[in-house]
Amino acid sequence: MTTFDPYAPSRDTTEGTVYSVTGGDWDSLVQEIGSTKEERVVVNMGPQHPSTHGVLRLVLELEGETVTEARCGIGYLHTGIEKNMEYRSWTQGTTFVTRMDYLGPLFNETAYCLAVEKLLGITNDVPERATVIRVMMMELNRISSHMVALGTGALELGAISPMFFAFREREIVLDLFEMITGLRMNMAYVRPGGVQQDLPEGAIPKIRDAVKLMRKNFKDNTTLLVGNSIWMKRTQGIGYLDLAGCTTLGITGPVLRSTGLPWDLRKMQPYCGYEDYNFDVITADTCDVYGRFLIRMNELEQSLRIVEQALDKLEKLQGAPVMVADKKIAWPAQLALGGDGLGNSLDHIREIMGTSMESLIHHFKLVTEGFRVPAGQVYAAIESPRGELGAHIVSDGGTHPYRMHFREPSFNNLQATSAMSEGGMIADIIGAVASIDPVMGGVDR
Amino acid sequence: MFGARGTGDTSGYGGLVRTAASTGSSERPYGSYFDEVADDLERAYPLFSEAIERVVVDRGELTLHVKREKLVEVSMILRDTLKFEMCMGVSGIHYPTDAGRELHAVYPLLSLTNNRRVRLEVSVPDADAHIPSVVEVWAGNNWHERETFDMFGIIFDGHPGLTRILMPDDWQGHPQRKDYALGGIPVEYKGATTPPPNERRSYK
Repeated sequence: MTTFDPYAPSRDTTEGTVYSVTGGDWDSLVQEIGSTKEERVVVNMGPQHPSTHGVLRLVLELEGETVTEARCGIGYLHTGIEKNMEYRSWTQGTTFVTRMDYLGPLFNETAYCLAVEKLLGITNDVPERATVIRVMMMELNRISSHMVALGTGALELGAISPMFFAFREREIVLDLFEMITGLRMNMAYVRPGGVQQDLPEGAIPKIRDAVKLMRKNFKDNTTLLVGNSIWMKRTQGIGYLDLAGCTTLGITGPVLRSTGLPWDLRKMQPYCGYEDYNFDVITADTCDVYGRFLIRMNELEQSLRIVEQALDKLEKLQGAPVMVADKKIAWPAQLALGGDGLGNSLDHIREIMGTSMESLIHHFKLVTEGFRVPAGQVYAAIESPRGELGAHIVSDGGTHPYRMHFREPSFNNLQATSAMSEGGMIADIIGAVASIDPVMGGVDR
Repeated sequence: MFGARGTGDTSGYGGLVRTAASTGSSERPYGSYFDEVADDLERAYPLFSEAIERVVVDRGELTLHVKREKLVEVSMILRDTLKFEMCMGVSGIHYPTDAGRELHAVYPLLSLTNNRRVRLEVSVPDADAHIPSVVEVWAGNNWHERETFDMFGIIFDGHPGLTRILMPDDWQGHPQRKDYALGGIPVEYKGATTPPPNERRSYK
């Protein structure tokens, strides 16, 4: 070091000299490294780096600008959700899983609830209206999740305007979520046996308007990016992973579909009545970042189509129940908006406090103790925006899950980083990771 | 409804006693495509009866309980002959009361060719928690096995780099095991104290 910089010191280790770079000191660093004979540099990128999609740490071995080895360091967002759930009731579980993959909370909840319902043996008893609401919410969620993938992916490659447009669309969806569930994220809306509450008054016309608006707005990003020569150069042929690579690495979702295989659990192993909706499985045959980008772009329209069909169904199911009829599983209280905000409906409070002691006991036992789930294990998988999201749940017959494990597509797909980026340029790692669309909350859980 | 058994203590302060949930073997016919999968595997793998301890069909899912020595062989045949091209990971389960088979590892398999699912389950004693790694069969199980090692302490022999993945490298213990306390501190709010979750009343 020519001049001592307290914020960017260097020290010698057995592995070689280690430099800490804090920005603004590039000149002295380049001077220092340029004086060594070593061609090989190991760069530690992240965990606090604006282009690594959250707290992802990439350890890169570089020869010049070529990546010879790329390894991921994860675990910075590990919160022990799976362990915590073993100490909470089955209903409380939804408030935990919703926080895993925070861009797709409704997918986490639905996967969890489908698994619990399978364990309870009530899969066919879930009311149709609840199932249709789940489908509609999941498809809206797919739009908001893909919007973050597209927007931040473009931002990380240097395009700022697509991010503004994408977040504008995401905002429309989050406003709908707020209207329906009361929360924009982490809503714990899907519950074992149905959904937390019915759609509010006037929701269907509002969703129809939003669908119309989004369909118009999506064109903005399409015109900005599709065919844009800079965008094409940054994405075409980058992050290549073919079908054999995908199957051996267990990759699902848009990355698998970018190899040309139309594998979508909504079509292949339908759940929540997806077989009754008309939509196309979007594929690409380029196996690269551009193909995955196009898939996400075109899936938006398919999600809108499903939302419209769900709305048609909901109009016919007006007033139908949204929670399973079995009172030993269904949450006893419906929520209602009171003078002091959202809470238990006043009718329900009047009943349990004033007229029926049995109702009070029932409410108290079901809320504090919860229901029991017969012993056994199940695996329920759904198609999340990132691929197969599987919930493996083991029950010992008690009021809490005995073991709950999420097979997170982000966690699995992130393994492809090495295969996608080794041998390429360091700048292309960003595009490759963005095309996997990992959500670190889901990776680390 | 609320399942009071034994002493009839429904206060919740009796403590949570957890026992292993073990379902017996299923009898043929298994139903659905499960018979076909079992037949194909028997035909392709002569040591079937020796390697597969139990076949369980429960809630529309097929589970093959495999002896750990035969896991890699069975996996190879499932992948190459029965076309289960994908393994969706591995999930551990800890049954402290199931003497001699305290730790279980569960592998959900998926066949893209036939659109089928099957589950493998391997159980090992806590004192000898070794399972052969299937990374050479399905490379994507690399991180999943690291996670299961991290959380349960199951050692996957033959794994290319079995290190912790979610917890810090110098962490002591394996958090998802039942003998690992959840931890937590009591929280006080407006004079009332809420104990940590593992000290609250719990119901069996």
